[in-house]
Amino acid sequence: MQLMDLIFYFFAVLIVISAGVVVFSKNIVYSAFALLFTFFGVAAIYVLLTADFLAVTQLLIYVGGILVLMLFGVMLTHKLISVDIKAKPLKLLPASIITAMIAGTLIGIFSTTQWKTEVNFDANQLRTTTDIIGKSFMTTYLLPFEVASVVLLVALVGAALLARREKTKNKV
Amino acid sequence: MLTVGLTHYLVLSAILFSLGLFGVVTRRNAILVLMGVELILNSANINFIAFSHYGNLNIDGQLAAVFVIILAAAEAAVALAIVLNIYKTFQTVNVDEINKLKE
Repeated sequence: MQLMDLIFYFFAVLIVISAGVVVFSKNIVYSAFALLFTFFGVAAIYVLLTADFLAVTQLLIYVGGILVLMLFGVMLTHKLISVDIKAKPLKLLPASIITAMIAGTLIGIFSTTQWKTEVNFDANQLRTTTDIIGKSFMTTYLLPFEVASVVLLVALVGAALLARREKTKNKV
Repeated sequence: MLTVGLTHYLVLSAILFSLGLFGVVTRRNAILVLMGVELILNSANINFIAFSHYGNLNIDGQLAAVFVIILAAAEAAVALAIVLNIYKTFQTVNVDEINKLKE
């Protein structure tokens, strides 16, 4: 298990450092690219937790979809030539005090609680989770699955409508 | 202590959550606020999957994480459309300068 621990610490440090760059960087483009490394690290953590389908989904949707959307947002809302792209933070001191208190509380609770863990990790019995997840979606979780698909459709139509509102206003 | 267990994953997600919260609270750019929200959602997902691996939450934890990812995608699309509209109207995306609902 020593190698697994090393891999976990490597990706944990990667996640924390890149998330720090996302939050503290002055340049928005740096933040967007650091977010890429955060998402990759989280996908690696999913693999360590034997959630292979989730890891691939994370890469597809977060890295392939949401991050590209974010980059489009950065590019469309900034004049790249001007210095406007730097974003100064505000109210640093009270925010850091409150965030540090919340972080301390969370870490304290997480590390002092006696979690009822049952490690059924057996390297010989590992199987892919895709078929189990698919069967669950089609049986137990059929209603949430359908609701989620409708939500996605509505969000897609709504986003297209919102982003093109200017055109329709001119037409009418 | 050195052997990685459930607590390590939970502490990692707590750190990620705090960083995301800090970003949401302190940054003025609306897109950076969105990035902070994504960090928070990712930390919640790490918790779900850690409990599905170590706890009693077997496959249900992973299914909850799938729904979180779906909603994150929908939220990012709608929020970016709103941000584009705000930029069209106010020529800025700094959340502390936007204090009107319409022009």
